[in-house]
Amino acid sequence: MSYQTKISGWGRFPVTETRENRIRKTDDIRTALAADGSILARGLGRSYGDASLAPEVLSMLPSNRMLAFNEKTGLLRCESGVSLDEILRTFVPRGWFLPVTPGTRFVTIGGAIASDVHGKNHHVAGSFCDHISSLKIMTADGKIKSCSPRKNTALFRASCGGNGLTGVIVEAGIRLIPVESAWIRQTTVKAANLDELTAQFEMHKTATYSVAWIDCLAGGDAMGRGILFAGEHAAKEEVKEKFPLVLKPGPMIPVPVSLPAFTLNPLTVRLFNNSYFNLAARKPGPSLVNYRSFFYPLDKVANWNRIYGSRGFVQYQFVLPESAGITGLRNILGEIVAAGTGSFLAVLKQFGKGNGNFLSFPMAGWTLALDFPEKPSVFQLLDRLDSQVSEMGGRIYLTKDSRMSAETFRTGYREKVNAFMKIKGETDPGNRFASLQSKRLEITP
Amino acid sequence: MKRLLILGATSDIARACAHRFAADGFSLVLAARKPDELDRDVKDLQIRYDIEVKTVPFDVLDMEQHRAFFQSLNPLPDGVLCAIGTMNGNEDAMSDPQKLKVILDTNLTGPAAILTLAAEAFRKRGSGFIIGISSVAGNRGRGTNYPYGSAKAGFTAFLSGLRNRLNKSGVQVITVLPGFVRTRMTENMDLPEKLTAEPDKVAADIFKGWKKGKSVIYTKGIWRLIMLIIQHIPEFIFKRMKL
Repeated sequence: MSYQTKISGWGRFPVTETRENRIRKTDDIRTALAADGSILARGLGRSYGDASLAPEVLSMLPSNRMLAFNEKTGLLRCESGVSLDEILRTFVPRGWFLPVTPGTRFVTIGGAIASDVHGKNHHVAGSFCDHISSLKIMTADGKIKSCSPRKNTALFRASCGGNGLTGVIVEAGIRLIPVESAWIRQTTVKAANLDELTAQFEMHKTATYSVAWIDCLAGGDAMGRGILFAGEHAAKEEVKEKFPLVLKPGPMIPVPVSLPAFTLNPLTVRLFNNSYFNLAARKPGPSLVNYRSFFYPLDKVANWNRIYGSRGFVQYQFVLPESAGITGLRNILGEIVAAGTGSFLAVLKQFGKGNGNFLSFPMAGWTLALDFPEKPSVFQLLDRLDSQVSEMGGRIYLTKDSRMSAETFRTGYREKVNAFMKIKGETDPGNRFASLQSKRLEITP
Repeated sequence: MKRLLILGATSDIARACAHRFAADGFSLVLAARKPDELDRDVKDLQIRYDIEVKTVPFDVLDMEQHRAFFQSLNPLPDGVLCAIGTMNGNEDAMSDPQKLKVILDTNLTGPAAILTLAAEAFRKRGSGFIIGISSVAGNRGRGTNYPYGSAKAGFTAFLSGLRNRLNKSGVQVITVLPGFVRTRMTENMDLPEKLTAEPDKVAADIFKGWKKGKSVIYTKGIWRLIMLIIQHIPEFIFKRMKL
């Protein structure tokens, strides 16, 4: 089943015409493979740029069956269209939680694997695919192949973080972690500048979860001021609820229409940043928050991506290796502050070690995620940031990217690109699986 | 434990309804021509909702077997949802009586036959509910779609009459009138986005309507208005329109 529609990533830029096929069973993928042209599996479309865009996509959303759950080990086997939200709704009340979660629960398992997403616990738990026990992938020949860190290792390493370019992930095994409550004991710490903020990360490096909001408009002595959020899963005794594992459904706030593009301008962002920074100061220290508020504050606002207006926005996330140090981070931050373009959401995090997956983003060092309205001056700024990041040996997150050059990509991911290309050539010599991004980055012709 | 029988359980709307009712604590009996196609759905429903789910083979066109099929259900379900329907061969049926018969039997005669048995059993027990998924296509016959439309018109009238007859017997009969729904049935049709519902939305509307004791459910709701207009177009104009 297929129909013509327009799709975009979560950033709503770029937008493309596509033929969407709904995949209910694996035979539906074979049907799509039997035709000509390049295709790409797609989940909930929460990657920001063009990583999930192609002239023909396979929507995996109807393939969302949970197939087996081991109550003793927490191992869940499911089809790739199952969303993290569905997993949380099903398993948190039974005392299980996601081992790693990104900042939205509206992504599919398949998408989380294809992006090898990371979360606030990267420094202690690694990224999403470090908790995947095995995968089933349909490759271009229409065959389903199993792979895991031990079996068909190269295919596994290429597919985890591989943006769907090795084939269609149809099934996965994921190890959930036990929790006693649906609540997080959160500690909030205010930091007046970048030195203080990075020092706070150091102080909280044994915390299970840590992440910081950073004010990208504050310059001078206040440059890099921000708020660090650290968290631990709360024990059931700490929670004064009769059913510590159960949350009431939260309200969803809609953004029914795209706001005018001027809604977010340097002035309004500055106002927001000031009040956010000062409000956080009012109640520092530990507090108990439910997992939805802690991990998914933006999920409360359905379609929050509309606040940037109809032109959409670009996300930009880079990581700098440890060798670049805080000086490297400071230089880049200085460039962003000087540009004054205003990033509404800016998130700083210290990564732990990266894994061996070929196109996975994380590496030990600092990572900063920013978003900007879609406009020419922003693209010029990002090009400048690209070269700084490249020079320092860092790289850009493919899942958020919609504009980097093939050269920046190659420089950033280095020898891992070759390892990926080898598997790509072996499993998909005809380049059946391709995205707008893979073409732009010259991964596929 | 409440128990729901779903006829035509492999359809997209049926699948969405299975989830919605399972979330409310219903155990499920899924009836389909090829029940093994439902194996993965059974596991999924069991894991998510911790309910009893079983599958049974059922062919709506094999009407001689309907009584035996219904009697084999033990215990008698609390409700039946019939999601059987097809538009396959709609165009051929306009010139081929055999194909027309298959469409009429699949959408009308077969569903009416099995629901007659359910209605009798529920009436005797004095409780139960019957949810029939008909279509707005039955509200007025259109040149492009009348084999399917006439069958659905019959099914809508059947459900309406059944509701009227069982009004005082404690059996609730619900007519569901979906407009465009993004399902296998409408594959390759370019549907207007604003008027097209996802199966989940249809299931949510059905569940809400069942809870509230509704008789007729349009989904999306806008179709009530659209059909009101379409039904009131004078025939001398309507017959010239391309619909």
